[in-house]
Order: sequence, then C-alpha cells, then structure tokens
Amino acid sequence: MTADLTSDLECRALTRHFGDVVAVQGVDFSVAAGSFFSILGPSGCGKTTIMRMIAGFLEPTSGDIRIKGRSVLGVPPNKRPVNMVFQHLALFPMMNVAENIGYGLRRQGVAKAEIIRRTGEVLERINLPGIGTRKVSELSGGQRQRVAIARCMVLQPDVLLLDEPLGALDLKLREKMKVELKALQAEFDTTFVYITHDQGEALVMSDAVAVMNAGRFEQVGAARDLYYRPETAFVAGFVGEANRWRGRVEAVDGTLAEVRSESGLLIRTQGQNLRPGDRVEIFVRPEAIAINLDAKTAAASPNQMAVQVSALLFNGANSRVLVRDPQSGAEIDVALPQSAEFSNLAKGAQVHISWGREQALCFADATL
Amino acid sequence: MSSKRLGFFLLLAPLVLWLGLLIILPHIDMAIVSLRTRVAPREYAPSLDNYAAFVTEPLYLFTFLRTAVMSILVTVITLIIAFPISYYIAKIAKGRSQAALFLMCLVPFWVSELVRTFGWIILLRETGVISGFLQWLGLADQPVEMLYNDAAMMLGLVYTSMLFMVVPLTTTLESLDDAVIEAGYDLGGTGPSVLREIVIPHAMPGIVSGCIVVFMLSLGNYLTPTMLGGKDSLWFTQLIYSQFIVRFNWELGAAFGFCLLFASSVIVWATLRLTGQTLERTMGEGS
Amino acid sequence: MTHKLYLGATAIALALAAPAHADTLRLLTWGGYAPDAVIDLFEAETGHTVEVTLSNNEEMIAKLRATGGGGFDLVQPSQDRIAGPQREFGIYKPIDLSKVDASLFIPSMLEATKANTTVDGEVYGLPNIWGTSGLIVNSAEAPNVKDYTDLCDESLTGKVSYRLKRPTLIGFAFAMGMDPFAAYDDEAAYKDILDKVEAKLIECKPVVKAYWGGGDELLNLMRSGEAVASMAWDTGGWKLNNDNPDINFVAPASGALGWVDTFALPAQGRADDAAYAWINFVMKPEIAAMVTEAAGNFTASLGADEFADEVLKAQYQSSFPAEAIDNIRWYPPVPANLERIEGEALDRVQAAK
Repeated sequence: MTADLTSDLECRALTRHFGDVVAVQGVDFSVAAGSFFSILGPSGCGKTTIMRMIAGFLEPTSGDIRIKGRSVLGVPPNKRPVNMVFQHLALFPMMNVAENIGYGLRRQGVAKAEIIRRTGEVLERINLPGIGTRKVSELSGGQRQRVAIARCMVLQPDVLLLDEPLGALDLKLREKMKVELKALQAEFDTTFVYITHDQGEALVMSDAVAVMNAGRFEQVGAARDLYYRPETAFVAGFVGEANRWRGRVEAVDGTLAEVRSESGLLIRTQGQNLRPGDRVEIFVRPEAIAINLDAKTAAASPNQMAVQVSALLFNGANSRVLVRDPQSGAEIDVALPQSAEFSNLAKGAQVHISWGREQALCFADATL
Repeated sequence: MSSKRLGFFLLLAPLVLWLGLLIILPHIDMAIVSLRTRVAPREYAPSLDNYAAFVTEPLYLFTFLRTAVMSILVTVITLIIAFPISYYIAKIAKGRSQAALFLMCLVPFWVSELVRTFGWIILLRETGVISGFLQWLGLADQPVEMLYNDAAMMLGLVYTSMLFMVVPLTTTLESLDDAVIEAGYDLGGTGPSVLREIVIPHAMPGIVSGCIVVFMLSLGNYLTPTMLGGKDSLWFTQLIYSQFIVRFNWELGAAFGFCLLFASSVIVWATLRLTGQTLERTMGEGS
Repeated sequence: MTHKLYLGATAIALALAAPAHADTLRLLTWGGYAPDAVIDLFEAETGHTVEVTLSNNEEMIAKLRATGGGGFDLVQPSQDRIAGPQREFGIYKPIDLSKVDASLFIPSMLEATKANTTVDGEVYGLPNIWGTSGLIVNSAEAPNVKDYTDLCDESLTGKVSYRLKRPTLIGFAFAMGMDPFAAYDDEAAYKDILDKVEAKLIECKPVVKAYWGGGDELLNLMRSGEAVASMAWDTGGWKLNNDNPDINFVAPASGALGWVDTFALPAQGRADDAAYAWINFVMKPEIAAMVTEAAGNFTASLGADEFADEVLKAQYQSSFPAEAIDNIRWYPPVPANLERIEGEALDRVQAAK
C-alpha cells in the first residue's frame, strides 16, 4: 500500500506479540477520510489489540501507524488525535453528563465559557439538549451511547475508535443504534474505526469491512463484496449464513467442477485451479437456494433435488425452512420466500430445491 | 407465621444481646459513673465535676487535643502511604503477586500488637538494628536513639493502621473499571489529572471509611504510645488508663471516656460532612 | 475425652461432696510468688488446685473493685494498699487469725503488717514477701549515683530511666531531705512536698532517656547499656548483677523504700479454707525458700534464711550493709485521696516540656 493523503489512518505491517503469542501479524490497511471502517472477527482474533495500538495503550512490536500521514509511534494516548469509545463506554460515574463531555476540553485548557458552549453544541448534535446536569446513572443505554460518542467528538479527533460499543445493549436498541451510529458518523463527518464480532453491525454501518482471523486480515472490502465474493473459506463462513459441505472434487471441466460431499451429495460448482481429488469446502447461502413445489421449475438448474421439509423456522422476513435430502440425510437451510405460494408449507411436505453453479462457493479445504 | 416470627427473633437475638450486654449496658453504667463524684469513702453524689475537671484542667484538654491532632496526622500519613500501595495491588499487580502483596499487608496482623510494637523497639532502640546499621555504614559515629519520641510513636501507629486503610482502598479501587482510567488518558488526561479527577473521586468512599477506621484506632490506641512514645508523648487513653487503674478514680476516667467518644463521633461526622460537600462541589463544577 | 469427662465429673462430685477438702484456689499475685514447684507440692499435700493470675498492685485493686471483691480467693497487694482501698471500696474480708499459724511468721513483721492493715479493729493483711526499691547503678559508667537526686546529673543525659509512679515521688522527696510519710495525714503539707518534687522532676526531665513502664523494659535498658542508672527494685539489680558485675542494686543514701506484699482475702472469695491452707503452706521455711529463689525476694517466714540461696544472700548483704537496713523506709498505709493528688503531679511532669 502506498501512503495516500486522503487516508486518515494507515497501518503498515502492524505486528504485536505478547510473549510467544502473536496477537496481530503483519496487518496492512488504510482508512479513507470520513469513512466508516469496521474490523470484524471472532473474539480473540486480535481486533482489540489493533484498536489499543491505534489508541496508544499498546505499542506495536513492529510496523507503523500513521494518522493523517504522520506516524504516531511513541506518542502517548493523551497526545494522539484519536479518541475511543470503550466497550462499556467508560463514562466517568463521578461526573455528570456535561462534565463528562467537558473533561477533554478542560484537559486542553479551553476557557470555561467555551467549554459550556461546545458542550451544549455537541449535546444538540446528538439530540440530547439540556441533559448536561444529569448523572450518568440516570441515562438510558442509548443516551449513554450518544454521550460517550459526544465526549469524544467534542474534541474533534481525526479518527474515532469504537470498541464493540453496542455489545451491552439489548437487541432492539442495538438495531436502532446501528442506524443512529451511521447517522452520527455522517453528522460529524469523522473517520470511524469500529470493531465488532457482530457481522450485522459491521455490514450495516460500514463503508469498508476488514474480516480478521487469528491475527491477520482475511479480506478487506465493501460489505457486498464480502458477502457475495468472499475470498476465503473463513470469510464465506463467518460473514452471513451458509450451508457448508466438505467434499472432494470428482470431475473438472475448465472452471466447472463436480464435488462429492462427505455425506454423499453431488454438488456442481465452479472455481479456479481445481483438480480432481482436491479436498474442498462448499458454501451455499440459504437465500441462494430456490424452493419450488414442483420439479419442473427446478429442472433447468445444475443443482437440484427433491427434499422433505423437516422444520419450519418462522422469523418474519428472515424465516427459514430446514429440508432433508433423503439421499444423504443432510439438512439444508433454505430461505423461505415471502410469497403466498408457501404460506401453507408444512412439516413433511415434499419440495424441490435448486441453486446455480456460481452460487456454490468453492474453496480449498483450509482445515487440512 | 408465628414460627417465622420466632425464627426472626432467634436470628436477631445474638445481635440484640451483643449490642445490649456488651455495648449499651456498659456504656449506661459508665455514664452513670461519670456523672457522680466521691464525697466520702463509699459515698457518691451526682455531679458534673468530672466533666468540669476535663474542661478546666489545661493538661487534660491539651492532652486531648494533642491526641486528636496526632491521630489526624497519623490518618493522613497512613492514607498517603497506603494509597499507592492499594493502587498497585488493585490495578497493577495481577493474579498471584496481587494475592501475595495483599498477604504481606496482612501478615503483621497474625502476631499480637505487642509483638509488632516490640519489633519496632528492636529496630529503633539505641543498641538496635538501624542504629547499628548506620554505624556500620559510617553514617553515625555513635549509637543513635530513635525510640521514645513522637516520630517513633507515629511510625508505630501508622504501621498498626496500614491494613485498615489498604483494605477499603483496594476494594474501592478494584471496583474502578480500568477502561474508565484509560478513557481519562484517551481524552487528554495526564497521570496527576486522572488521579485527581477520576481515581480519587471514585475511591472517596474507601478513603473516607479507611480514614475513619484508622483515626478511631489511633485515637483509641494505648499500647503503641505507651511502648514507643517518649517522656513527653502523653496519649489520652493513657490518661483514662491511669484514672481507672492507678488513681482508682473511675468517675473521672469514665468522664474522659465519654469525652473521647463524643469527640471522635464529632470528628467522624464532620469528616463525612466535609467529604460529602467536596463531592457535591466536584459534581457541581464545570456545568 | 471420656476419661477427661469422667475426671471432670469426679472433680465436680468431689467438690460438691466435700467443699472444704478439694477447692480451686484462685490466686491473684505477682510473678514468681507462686512457682510451679510449690503449687505441685501444695496440690499433692492438700488436694486443692491452684489457678494463678499475675498482676500488680493497681490492677489487683482495679479488678477487685470492678467485681466488688469477687473472682479470686486470695490476693497479694502491698501492705500499704489494703487499709485505704478497704475503707474506700470494701473489697477485702477480715482474716480469721485463728486459722493462721502465727509461729511461721517473723513476729516483728507480722505485727507491723497487722497494724498497717487494720480497719475498724479487723485485720485484713498478713505479710508474705518483702523487698525494697532503690537504685540500680552501673558503677563503671555512673560511679557517682548515690541517691535518687543524682539521677538528675547532666553528665548522665540520655542514660537515666525511672518510672513515673508514686515510688519516684516518695524517693525524690526523701532524697530532697523531706519526709513524705510524716505528711501522709496532712494533705496541705503533703501537697507542698509534692510541688517541690514535681518541680525537681520537671527540671530533671531533659536528663531522662525514657520513663520505663514494665520491669522487663528496664532490665533491657540496663543490660544493653542504654541506661546506666535507674530507679528499680532490688531483685532487678541482683538479677543484672549475675550477668554483669558492674551493675548492682544500691540502697540510696536517703534510704531504700521498703515494701511488704501481703496475703489478703477478697470480699467475695469462695475458697477461704484453701486460702488459709496456702498461707500456712507457703510460709513454711523450706517452701518459703523456694519462693525466695523464684521471686528473688525474701519472705516473712521465720527461719527461711537457712534454706536461702547463697548467691542471693551475698548480693543482699552487699546491697544492704547493716546501716542501710536500719535506714529502710517502710511504706505506711496510703490514705485515700492521696493518690489523686500524686496522679495530678505525675501528669504535670509527663506533660511538661
């Protein structure tokens, strides 16, 4: 990657060891100014370590961190133009809302009148005017969230780091805050770097997402790319839902291939550099699978089979059908289309499912 | 219902007995003793003479004030020493070393106060360890007497009190989320400002409770001032002891006891009020 | 366990059946006055058991006062501390002289003690052990200390120690040429004496290293050489003399202060028979000699000297030439209220800068 003046944050070959343990291994990325960048990964993948290195609480073992083109190595946290929203927000319980927000300004030695003006202003911008005298403990979860962001944003940092700040919220509020966070980011027009293990949060809010696993970035890209064009088996499995089969390539014709799964299912797929005998993993998203009541409509598809409904998982727009392949006994997860045709579908019904070659994502089996 | 109530009273009984027999009754008895004066052998009359003696005799008042002021000083010194120790135990030390450090604070309390104080005598006396060490180093050309003065007494009192400050401080500091401290730095705070604005306000309940305990322990200590103090180091409890045991003047001794109880209650109450106000002031500023 | 229970039950049964023959004697006394060997002999001979609690004069009286004379069956305060507290608090009961074998006592000492402990015609104390307090001096370091007031010599600054208690007031008064005992019954005269002593003690204060509190503390100070002269009991000096021949007890020129520790019965004692048995037992010459060896002091037992340790006798003779014995000032009974005045004087000395 080249140094690029439009990026607010740039990490180069960032590495961090804890004793013998390598927490972060040669990570490179740059975040465009004003964008919302997420690092998505399971717990323990090293994403928090990256964030703490950017904030200045940890020094990298090697590599460089540049903010607005300038290296911040060796700069203590209180001197870095980045601020952080902590996982549990870390609002100061001994101060009221206004004191929390004014804390950073007081530390900068801003005049008292100016602190009051700017605190009021930022409270307006987070739509919580007039709560300055309230105690932190009197706020709702969502209000705390916004105060925590305001406390950082009042300092006008170059980059705002957010460490799974929605983790402690209940589901409904979390959904709401996702939208709100995105709106706040647009409002403040500041670069957000967001870490989470929740793909929903990352996909909804981010301009770009880095999927991280075992200290490395697996893939960096827009949410859509990660979802539809995963580059690794890990990304395919981690981002979005997928039916997953392990199997062996039986026949290859150019980029076309036939794979026999361990359960005996024959899957027609496509991929580069596949050879007969290769062990592969196949991912098929539930919504990529078409479901029909009769065999005719499905007949044209390279992958199609008659199956029996073993369970209906109703969840509104996200409803699923679990079907069983009588041949292999494998259960397949299929999205239930929201059409009248299937409203009477019941357990035990015979249906036909089908999917295209390009929808069966094929990767060399990484577990071997 | 009735068995439930019986159970409740049975549970309450030890507390009531303890309070009643060991605390309230003796105090009532002492109050009565303090409010009488001897007119002839085995004849006593109700009177306020004992309290009048306390107020009018400069020695008693002076000793009392001296004891209170020095106890406050002991409390402040203990706080200043215990705070970094507690902070280290609560926030920096991890796992086994944390437990080990805590244990080290506890170990001196496995032996009696007498033995602990005698340990200091061995260290501080003219022919003691420190004096010998200083001479060996060549820093002193003759034995140095470090015992029998107010400084030695303060040292002993601080040492005896340390645990009672470290425990509440460590507990409150442990309850402070590390992220809150980090947030303080992240938002531009420096070490001293984070300490002043975040750590100390959070630890305030622990500081106050530790200070109250240490103050009361120092005020009521008898052994340490007696053993380590010098010829001028008169402690108020020594006055009480000598009234009760040496002079057979229980009446004055009981009055002294009540004066001590009253004064320590007032000082503790004032401390609570004072820190409460400070807390309010801290919360009210900057808005 | 069962065995113990059985023994306990037997003991209780025996105690109930024959209270006069097997009692528990609760003895409140000084260190060394009831050596284990003596207790063993006594228990074997009489069947009584002995429980010993160690204390000092002030605490003995405070304890008895707190319980109204209960909790113990035999106590051993000094003879000057019997009449006053008895008048004031009524903590003792009269001694039935018919139950005591008077022939075991040195007659002069018995008569003097009886006289000093008589209240309203009843005798409350019998002599047990006597001794003196005076000076312990390290003659190599402080050869010029001959009397209490010599402890104020500026050349000894930081090397001198004494107690801030009544013997110090009395001793200094004698050394300053006054007679406090003669003024015991004249409060104004006594106060006058105390004022002078107080002034002297305040003047002396810069010379003093520390006011000692316990006997062991003092012995440590002298043994380590941190103090070279002090006020103390004769036995302390003799004990130190065994380790360091330079240190010995010195009877002050103005006279050593003589004390007699007694036997007295607490008002609510329950085992009087055992108490009388103990008195008659320990006053036997050969038993009294055992006590002398343990306590370091001589007893009022007639003929016990024959059995006494030769070293102790020699030390005693070197500390007390004949004229020094005649010069001993025996404490008369302390009148009530006197200690209050003394206490105030002592407080002022301690508080003085």
